[in-house]
Amino acid sequence: MTTMWTTKVRRATIEKIDPQDALPDNQPSYVASWIYVFGVATLAALVVIIASGFVLTSKGATWWHTSSVGHYWNSVHLWAVELFFVFMVVHLWGKFWMAAWRGRRFQTWVTGTFCFLGSLATAFTGYLIQGDFDSQWIATQAKDGLNSVGIGSFFNTLNSGQALLLHVALLPFVVGIIVVWHIILVRKNGVVPPLDAKEIAGGGK
Amino acid sequence: MVPLAISLDGPAKFITFGFISVSVPNLIMIGLIIVFFILALVIPFPTHKSDGK
Repeated sequence: MTTMWTTKVRRATIEKIDPQDALPDNQPSYVASWIYVFGVATLAALVVIIASGFVLTSKGATWWHTSSVGHYWNSVHLWAVELFFVFMVVHLWGKFWMAAWRGRRFQTWVTGTFCFLGSLATAFTGYLIQGDFDSQWIATQAKDGLNSVGIGSFFNTLNSGQALLLHVALLPFVVGIIVVWHIILVRKNGVVPPLDAKEIAGGGK
Repeated sequence: MVPLAISLDGPAKFITFGFISVSVPNLIMIGLIIVFFILALVIPFPTHKSDGK
């Protein structure tokens, strides 16, 4: 008798994570450093991005260009993205210099890399759908570069409808899935200890 | 409308070093990220010392 797919999924996910690791109430002492905060700060910025994106999506480009309230939400979305990348780059540098792929954390590192690359693509399509001269300028300048490496065969920066759907539907979905996967791996494997750490406790496997 | 301290109607100024060309706003952001990174390493993190751990 073959094992049911629900059993396989349960064994590969829920049964792999200790409840103490999933929602811990303590961390090793070396986690008491600001450098560990920037991953969570990145997530907080992502929440603001998604929330302000919902508002912009529901009202449309004319609103965010002509209304003062629309300008406000447009700016909230823009600056949340700026902070998102600032926090993510500090997080990335911190993890790079800690060699955060140590201790069987290779998948955590790789999913983090794909979060970064997916976020770049999402931000770029965001520039393309502003609906003003800036987005037209960026689209016409970028098309030649993307065409020169073959990307133009499946992604045309001048196709604003394609850019819009990529930005508000496909790419946020893909980035969201990878972010959740990344967090599950962090919780499952614990926070990477510093290179010279002797202490192993809590989630720091 | 409240006047802005800097004009946002024109293109940004660019600084060029050989083949590297970067706008001043982007350079400021890169500088801020480096400052954040250094501060995150050197500023002590508040901890709970009253629980005896």
